[in-house]
Amino acid sequence: MTENYTALYEEHKKAGASFTDFGGWQMPLKYASELSEHHAVRNASGLFDLSHMGEVWVTGPDAAAFLDYALAGKLSAVAVGKAKYSLICQEDGGIIDDLISYRRADDTYLVVPNAGNAVVVAAALAERARSGKEGGFDVTVEDVSAQTSLIAVQGPNAEAILLTLVPAEQHSLVTELKYYAAVEVEINGQELLLARTGYTGEDGFEIYVPNEDAAGLWEALLETGAGHGLIPAGLACRDSLRLEAGMPLYGNELSREGNPYAAGLGPVVSLAKESDFIGKAALSELKTAGAGSTTGRKLVGLKGLGRRAGRGHYPVLKDGNVVGEVTSGQPSPTLGYPIAMAYVDVEFTEPGTALDIDLRGKAEPFEVVALPFYKRQK
Amino acid sequence: MSKVVAELKYSAEHEWVAADGAGPVGIGISAVAADALGDIVYVDLPEVGSTVTAGETCGEVESTKSVSDLYAPVTGEVVEINDEVVSDPALINSDPYGAGWLFKVAVTEEGPLMSAEEYAATNGGEL
Repeated sequence: MTENYTALYEEHKKAGASFTDFGGWQMPLKYASELSEHHAVRNASGLFDLSHMGEVWVTGPDAAAFLDYALAGKLSAVAVGKAKYSLICQEDGGIIDDLISYRRADDTYLVVPNAGNAVVVAAALAERARSGKEGGFDVTVEDVSAQTSLIAVQGPNAEAILLTLVPAEQHSLVTELKYYAAVEVEINGQELLLARTGYTGEDGFEIYVPNEDAAGLWEALLETGAGHGLIPAGLACRDSLRLEAGMPLYGNELSREGNPYAAGLGPVVSLAKESDFIGKAALSELKTAGAGSTTGRKLVGLKGLGRRAGRGHYPVLKDGNVVGEVTSGQPSPTLGYPIAMAYVDVEFTEPGTALDIDLRGKAEPFEVVALPFYKRQK
Repeated sequence: MSKVVAELKYSAEHEWVAADGAGPVGIGISAVAADALGDIVYVDLPEVGSTVTAGETCGEVESTKSVSDLYAPVTGEVVEINDEVVSDPALINSDPYGAGWLFKVAVTEEGPLMSAEEYAATNGGEL
């Protein structure tokens, strides 16, 4: 597999990062200690390179109608300036990816898929635009992932840090920016798209920046953020942060074999929207059949009662019988006990249910708990 | 701190063995391994009085990211374990060759061990 490098690769090397392959990209796993990076994001702020994520512009008179057809959510109902979490599904309801779509104008959306899925999602969107209706939808699908970097500042100090790089007359654009909204702001002397979104369970921002300007912005943020406790943070803590926040990771909790109802993402699927969309028939059947509520398995949170953590693919047991499988798990740095997400047979998903995780032959006690594991104080 | 300490011997599974004298030898995991594991949060050591066999698993080391087997680099009886590292496994990251030692064995037979130079050469560590 060809390795991709983000425009910030040299910055990470300078900062002493160790690297890992993620979705075909060489990404910083950690700089010094993933635990200190995790705590920095919870208590101060962390700086993430997310340039491996995809960016696909969908523009044209049919943009809203097209995304209503191509995605599971009702994107036409999103106000300009706002964003929406959605899914792109197969005809059988299987999940191709989860994504965030930003409506930038009546006829303009920015769709952000996961790193490993960016090419597949861009291709699926282009294909659906061609074949979705007689003569095709009147839209242009443009994948700008290769030219675009994405830098996230996450944590309670994120806003204060960002404001130091924004001219005073634009401060209110930042301070009044709502969660899941985006705005064009001058940051470090350059007009950039700023979103109040994240994958950590903390307040935070994501900044879209052309590759050639990414290193300059990264360095400026590190410099101005140092006084606010900002440190670079790698994928290892990104994973522990999102797990504590109960957020699914494509490839762990979400897959083509799974479905939105089992994953607890039923509300993301808009069966009520007037138009047809890809996967609607199958998803409608799944819902009627009670997928994730009365039949099959459902994604739950598990809290460890001992010290040992469950890991992906470990079996979940009830009285020694396999009733599920762990999708993600590790010791929670914030909470101090092991946490896991797992697909479990629906009859054993009531919070408080005692289950075990098979830790390589040893049954370790866990308990079903409501997600998320961690919620920040507002 | 250098990643490989010159006075120690090493197993292919990244355990170090203190090479001194005739008494029980101290055993730990190398800084190369501790780094690769990430922040260590749990360690399961063999019991005092039990016998470990070179090349076989004798415990587990768990980090935030993963869990790995601990392999005995020598054969013999475990005569002491480091209780401090059990209650504070982060010592393995902060001082893998010192306060982060794991257990001591009265050796009856060594497993295949490498010199520091050989270990550094095969694992990209610095002497």
